[in-house]
Amino acid sequence: MPEQDPKVRARNFLEVPLGYTEEMARREASRCLKCKTPMCRTGCPVGVKIPEFLALIAEGDFLAAAAKIKETNALPAICGRVCPQENQCEGKCILGRKSEPVAIGRCERFAADYERQHAAAGEDASDKSALPQSNGKKVAVIGAGPSGLTVAGDLVRLGYAVTIFEAFHKPGGVLSYGIPEFRLPKAIVEAEIENLRKMGVQIECNTLVGKTVTVDELLQDEGYSAVFIGVGAGLPMFLGVPGEDLGNICSANEYLTRSNLMKAYLFPEYDTPIIRGKNVCVVGGGNVAMDAARSAMRLGAETVTIVYRRSESELPARAEEVHHAKEEGVCFQLLTNPVAFHGDDQGKVRAMTVQKMELGEPDASGRRRPIPIADSEYEIPTDLVLIATGTRANPVLTGHTPNLGLTSRGYIVSHGAGRTSRPGVWAGGDIVTGAATVILAMGAGREASKDIHQWLTEGGAWE
Amino acid sequence: MIPILDTKQLVASIYEMTVENRRLAAKARPGQFVIVMIDDHGERIPLTIADFDAEKGTVTMVYMAVGTTTRKMAALRPGDSLFAMIGPLGQPSEIEKFGTVVMVAGGVGTAPIYPIARALRAAGNRVVSIQGSRGKDLLFWTDRLASVSDQHIVMTDDGSFGRKGLVTEPLKELLEAGGVDAVWTIGPAIMMKFCALTCQPFGVKTIASLNSIMIDGTGMCGGCRVRVGDQTKFTCVDGPEFDALAVDWGLLLSRQKTYCEQEKCSLDRYVELQTGRPAR
Repeated sequence: MPEQDPKVRARNFLEVPLGYTEEMARREASRCLKCKTPMCRTGCPVGVKIPEFLALIAEGDFLAAAAKIKETNALPAICGRVCPQENQCEGKCILGRKSEPVAIGRCERFAADYERQHAAAGEDASDKSALPQSNGKKVAVIGAGPSGLTVAGDLVRLGYAVTIFEAFHKPGGVLSYGIPEFRLPKAIVEAEIENLRKMGVQIECNTLVGKTVTVDELLQDEGYSAVFIGVGAGLPMFLGVPGEDLGNICSANEYLTRSNLMKAYLFPEYDTPIIRGKNVCVVGGGNVAMDAARSAMRLGAETVTIVYRRSESELPARAEEVHHAKEEGVCFQLLTNPVAFHGDDQGKVRAMTVQKMELGEPDASGRRRPIPIADSEYEIPTDLVLIATGTRANPVLTGHTPNLGLTSRGYIVSHGAGRTSRPGVWAGGDIVTGAATVILAMGAGREASKDIHQWLTEGGAWE
Repeated sequence: MIPILDTKQLVASIYEMTVENRRLAAKARPGQFVIVMIDDHGERIPLTIADFDAEKGTVTMVYMAVGTTTRKMAALRPGDSLFAMIGPLGQPSEIEKFGTVVMVAGGVGTAPIYPIARALRAAGNRVVSIQGSRGKDLLFWTDRLASVSDQHIVMTDDGSFGRKGLVTEPLKELLEAGGVDAVWTIGPAIMMKFCALTCQPFGVKTIASLNSIMIDGTGMCGGCRVRVGDQTKFTCVDGPEFDALAVDWGLLLSRQKTYCEQEKCSLDRYVELQTGRPAR
């Protein structure tokens, strides 16, 4: 797939891959072997009909291909861009055993983009006349991220009156505040959300459920028959090492929210400021770390260094993100872990002390445990540190929802299709699983919406 | 969009704004705050709730027009609206019967201290308030604060009204006289720091409402983190009120300056856009 030149794109926020041409998409899709038992589909958390949509692309019927994907995936333009395909559909593709798997993600992206650019009014899946009559039941969805948007899209198609409550002033969740423009253009997120609005989904922004209104009030006073909680795992984790509260050390969440949601990369045209570091260090090795590192590069950094305590093969980020980051000049200091931060006389970070690590026996996560090497400390000068070592459950909603079963780490306990300990309350996405991927959250939303519909139509015991 | 019902210039650079927000007004408690955004290019800024009326569905904020966002806000009039407003955020003040409480307010901090003083008095406390400002022309809400206080002391730096001196002087006298069960302090960080230092030798329960930099106000950015004792806390969800004797004031003060240069650049640009002339 053609991409912007690394040297050029490392200084702009435009999308990196330029997308397939029609001819390229048809050629790639026609590589599909049409397996009798398509393994690719088993690798997809929402079970997209992959061989079928690839066949439609190969035939040149791109709108039909998009419609085929949308049968099970409401947000294909997004998934085509941000799914870890190498661990899912493409990882299971038979062709991958001997050569390259079919580039399913890129084909999905092509079909969705084609539809967005070409679908005539009335032809797209969001056409209101295609919707069933209202069934008179109200469902509240908390959080306008991937899981919540999926639930809302599914249920509005079944005739429910769906209202999404979102804390930020803009819907999208991680798609809006977390993933940068160069990886997922916000116009695409807005178009997908606009489709939901056209179908009748109501979105109430600036509403922090737990504070502004509670789950119990939604159920008892506001007439909602069911509540789906998809609030994500938004609380940033810090390292807990000395000096971490110095100025110019921030969570990747903060840095990315400033840049993406608040458009601080366009400061001062937008009012929210952001620190433009010269020698930036990013701690962590996941997608969020890559996004933060590549954003820092685009905000004018001279050097950007990823500091990660395990080795390259354990990097949790998508392969493509690591590849792109390297191409753009991001350095990797692997098997390295910060142990202290040092400030200048203004209280801003000027350096961090790191320690070299080696890999020991596998830990609970199945990955080899990093062990510090004695006397291996050294200092790295830096003027901006971004901490991207993960997130945990935000207690604002759960703390204000009595009798909601939680794990010891504060995540919501759910069994079978997202049912929580509270009848009529479902949960899915990161607030159940801990930080995971967009597509897994969407998969959880899909399971929950089926179960919500079944419970509201057939009733039955909750457990 | 949040309808603006009333706006007032209280004194030179301090303004009052009342908006309609039913859900928020119904839930607001003394000590909590909101985050507002003026327009879709705007910043999200935290403002402590100065007053609220659940029945009328209104929320009142008082702010000093010092930066781009607050200057934009000061230019709004009834009939205009705020682009966004979320809340109530943070933990409410701990309202119970302590006995005698001293409320120390500095500058714009008079506004958020008012509903807390009102609630503490309603809970049966004897409320002594100390209200400080640089001079008479910057004093506001003296009547309101006096109306919920058993004793109301006004301090000005230049002696143009009330007694001349710093708020810490009568605070120290009250503490020395004894019988103070709790102290609240809201104002500039440096004033709160010196109130804490004044209270320290007396070991009296001292609460400060911190004004850290924040974005979301819901715990997801960590930009507002502060050190309290040996722990890192988030002002937005754990606060905004903390044990003033345990707060690392130096850290708060230096973190507040993180975006100093950008704030100046943004304000210069705003002034230039408004006046058609360079700011400097």
